[in-house]
Amino acid sequence: MNKTIITVVGKDTVGIIAKVCTYLADTGINILDISQTIVSGYFNMMMIVDMAGTGKEFNTVADELEALGKEIGVVIKCQKEEIFDSMHRI
Amino acid sequence: MINIHEVVETNEMIEKENLDVRTITLGISLLDCIDSDLDRLCDKIYNKIYETAKDLVKTGDQISREFGIPIVNKRISVTPIALVGGAACKSSSDFARIAATLDKVAKAVGVNFIGGYSALVSKGMTEADRLLIESIPEALSTTELVCSSINVGSTKTGINMDAVRLMGSIVKKTAEATKEKDSLGCAKLVVFCNAPDDNPFMAGAFHGVTEADKIINVGVSGPGVVKTALEKVRGENFEVLCETIKKTAFKVTRVGQLVAQEASKRLGVPFGIIDLSLAPTPAIGDSVADILHEIGVEHAGAPGTTAALALLNDQVKKGGVMASSYVGGLSGAFIPVSEDQGMINAVEAGALSLEKLEAMTCVCSVGLDMIAIPGDTKDTTIAGIIADEMAIGMINQKTTAVRLIPVIGKGVGETVEFGGLLGYAPIMPVNQFSCDDFVNRGGRIPAPVHSFKN
Repeated sequence: MNKTIITVVGKDTVGIIAKVCTYLADTGINILDISQTIVSGYFNMMMIVDMAGTGKEFNTVADELEALGKEIGVVIKCQKEEIFDSMHRI
Repeated sequence: MINIHEVVETNEMIEKENLDVRTITLGISLLDCIDSDLDRLCDKIYNKIYETAKDLVKTGDQISREFGIPIVNKRISVTPIALVGGAACKSSSDFARIAATLDKVAKAVGVNFIGGYSALVSKGMTEADRLLIESIPEALSTTELVCSSINVGSTKTGINMDAVRLMGSIVKKTAEATKEKDSLGCAKLVVFCNAPDDNPFMAGAFHGVTEADKIINVGVSGPGVVKTALEKVRGENFEVLCETIKKTAFKVTRVGQLVAQEASKRLGVPFGIIDLSLAPTPAIGDSVADILHEIGVEHAGAPGTTAALALLNDQVKKGGVMASSYVGGLSGAFIPVSEDQGMINAVEAGALSLEKLEAMTCVCSVGLDMIAIPGDTKDTTIAGIIADEMAIGMINQKTTAVRLIPVIGKGVGETVEFGGLLGYAPIMPVNQFSCDDFVNRGGRIPAPVHSFKN
């Protein structure tokens, strides 16, 4: 298991989840959990994914998702789960 | 499982509140480089630092990328050079050659600063210590990344007033030697009492002789995060205030702990300590003075400021201590003037004086930091200010430090621009009465008694 958190922040529009999920499926990344909310009027989505099944490096995936985000007009970030775990769990 | 609100909270801290890891500092012992031949010594120093630190910047950047947390600085600290160079250096320019070597290797591995151009002279000075101190103006004016610190006193030994007097004139000479750059050399020079061996922050970092061969120390930051958290509890009582600071400090420190452990694992270097410091930057909102304002004083320096700072400092430690397996370094709130927009505003508003800053240093780390004073301030006056600050550290069993910048050619009312993290500062007035006879006595102030605490 190699858990990573993907966050998508931006203006809501048609097909955001579809495009991100298509990329993840093509790359061999398994989605464990998805949730979304609206914060200060912006669409916020979080995915917990397992990157163990992809042959791609973390940096490559992060770069490609960032580029995909630019294409759709949202900001996509990839962060390893540990930063959230260490901050919010004792 | 982590929920979306926690993820959003963390990312808002990073994106909007300037949460960052201020520094990963790699401490390297140079004791095994000691040689009586200066050329060989410089070669050994270069090679050891290069081999140990060559992956530091790359590793720091990768950790930053994977966790999405900025790591602002990567730095190196080394064994105090007076100890390393004693056998080889017969003059102060010999020592300056070591400084040039440190500068060269720091640039080669790409770090932001290298600290440890230092001497520990809290009780007495060896010939090597004296030569190193005398070389500081040359060393700091001919290098860019080298930082220097001199420990002139401790609770156990008292204060070496000969060293204090010497440092008064060295600070001034360093200012003169770098006057084209607004006396910037002095921003890289700290005088300490009770200097810690494991401080990751510059300009005072050095790798103490009690340390292992190499070690990773991490300094966290986060004044903006604390300030934002306190905005949500305006008007609440001290219990709520203190709990909020503690919880926030805990979260900030946990990030530092994670980064330290990752860096330690990836570089194969043992983890030393987390320095729990609220280190401000000139960025708007990333200010310790703004936290004091949020606690309830109109400007830093108003009555109540020392108490507010004392509680802030204590709660940061209480929250941070549980978040990290090892805590050390300076650990507390920093109150530099030029690096903190709120402090600058307080000085410009007339709320904050050198004397009030001195009082504030009694309850926080570290001391009179990044304070610009008129360029015509006398050597003995600078020595007197240093002596006062050292006395506070000695009596209160805490680290204190002085980083004053006498800006050559400028006076009260003018400002000086250092750039980057060092910021800018209005030049503050200094008490004009003389302390010549006090400073010129020579000798040592004896160690204090540890009983009859009053």
